Amino acid sequence: MQIRFQLNGKPVTVDVPPHELLSELLRDRLGLTGTHVGCDTSQCGACVVHVDGRSVKSCTTLAAALEGATVTSIEGLADGAALHPMQQAFHEKHGLQCGFCTPGMIMSSVEFAKNNPDPTPEAVRHWLEGNFCRCTGYQNIVSSVQAGAAAMHAQRKGA
Amino acid sequence: MRTFDYVRPATLPEALSALAASPEARALGGGMSLVPALKLRLAAPSALVDLRGIPELRGIRITDDAIVIGATTTHADVAAHPAILDRLPALAALAGGIGDPQVRNCGTIGGVVANNDPSADYPAALLALGASIETSRGSHAADDFFTGMFETALAPGEIVTAIRFPIPKQAAYEKFKSPASRYALVGVFVAVTAGGVRVAVTGAASCVFRAEMIESALGERLAPESLEGLRFSTDGLNADMHADAPFRAHLIGVLARRAVSKLLATGKVN
Repeated sequence: MQIRFQLNGKPVTVDVPPHELLSELLRDRLGLTGTHVGCDTSQCGACVVHVDGRSVKSCTTLAAALEGATVTSIEGLADGAALHPMQQAFHEKHGLQCGFCTPGMIMSSVEFAKNNPDPTPEAVRHWLEGNFCRCTGYQNIVSSVQAGAAAMHAQRKGA
Repeated sequence: MRTFDYVRPATLPEALSALAASPEARALGGGMSLVPALKLRLAAPSALVDLRGIPELRGIRITDDAIVIGATTTHADVAAHPAILDRLPALAALAGGIGDPQVRNCGTIGGVVANNDPSADYPAALLALGASIETSRGSHAADDFFTGMFETALAPGEIVTAIRFPIPKQAAYEKFKSPASRYALVGVFVAVTAGGVRVAVTGAASCVFRAEMIESALGERLAPESLEGLRFSTDGLNADMHADAPFRAHLIGVLARRAVSKLLATGKVN
């Protein structure tokens, strides 16, 4: 079946089998391998993308249901060579070790930070309940999200 | 995953005829339980009828004495709704504690209710609050709806359209969740309703149930002390890798006391 949706700001028209997952469509057919599949059982959060501005698990989303939707993957965050403030914060605060969970961590955190300009570490940890880091590097991830949230809102004020 | 037909009807009559067209067709809400089941081949429907394209199934209405939540309303929307936070904060808190943020952004109340997972949170709220389940065929009382493990009073092809919650005098929910799945090992919902104290327990057995012993103790005096010394039978309680039956029986008492303390501390009396 044919679906049309916005992907990282560009219109996409693609034929999908009804059982195809969004994670499979992005990675295997559209070449966007920044979205990672960790557990494939809806638990680890490495595959998180945004659908209509909200973070969702792409490994548990049927591509067929995306007709008319707006999808943003990790590849859609940066503005050309300029990293998104949340990406920049993860870079500066060393919010990653092996990096496998990072795309999902960042996509989840961007939704959180939109509504939380100055989050406490507890609030960040609570929000990231659905994102696992198997390097257990949570300390720097929490610092990164706090810094990224502040940077996102500073940028908004300056704009 | 085995393939299937996918349809996204725009009206309830279209959805009903799509479901009636095949006995193996399944209704799809947020997919947070059904899509993982498809991937594991625990479910192999001939067709998925996605209910999220039907506008009247989504949204929240507040009346003088009830909150009516459309079947495809997400947990995130219930958790953040100002009127629910004001009139029935225990329900907003329950919705905000389901799974993780990404599950709450997709999962729907109608999907949870129709699936009746023995560890789901919402069934405890429906049963304790005496909610009614509105469907394409009429209405079910929560007392008669949850009939067994993943079993409900829904007939084949019947679609949940909304849940109507009467607003209680006071209510609170407490759960002890599995740190891995974030499902309730045990969850206890306590409500002071027009018809008296109602207490529902989820996670502990094969299906949500009312705890009459706790209800009568709290009916005499609404205080956590009323539950001290009560012993809960392990008959019929779940025993699995997460917890044995005696631990679950113990948790029922602990969580009921915590819920009563929370309910009294919030002081919310409608």
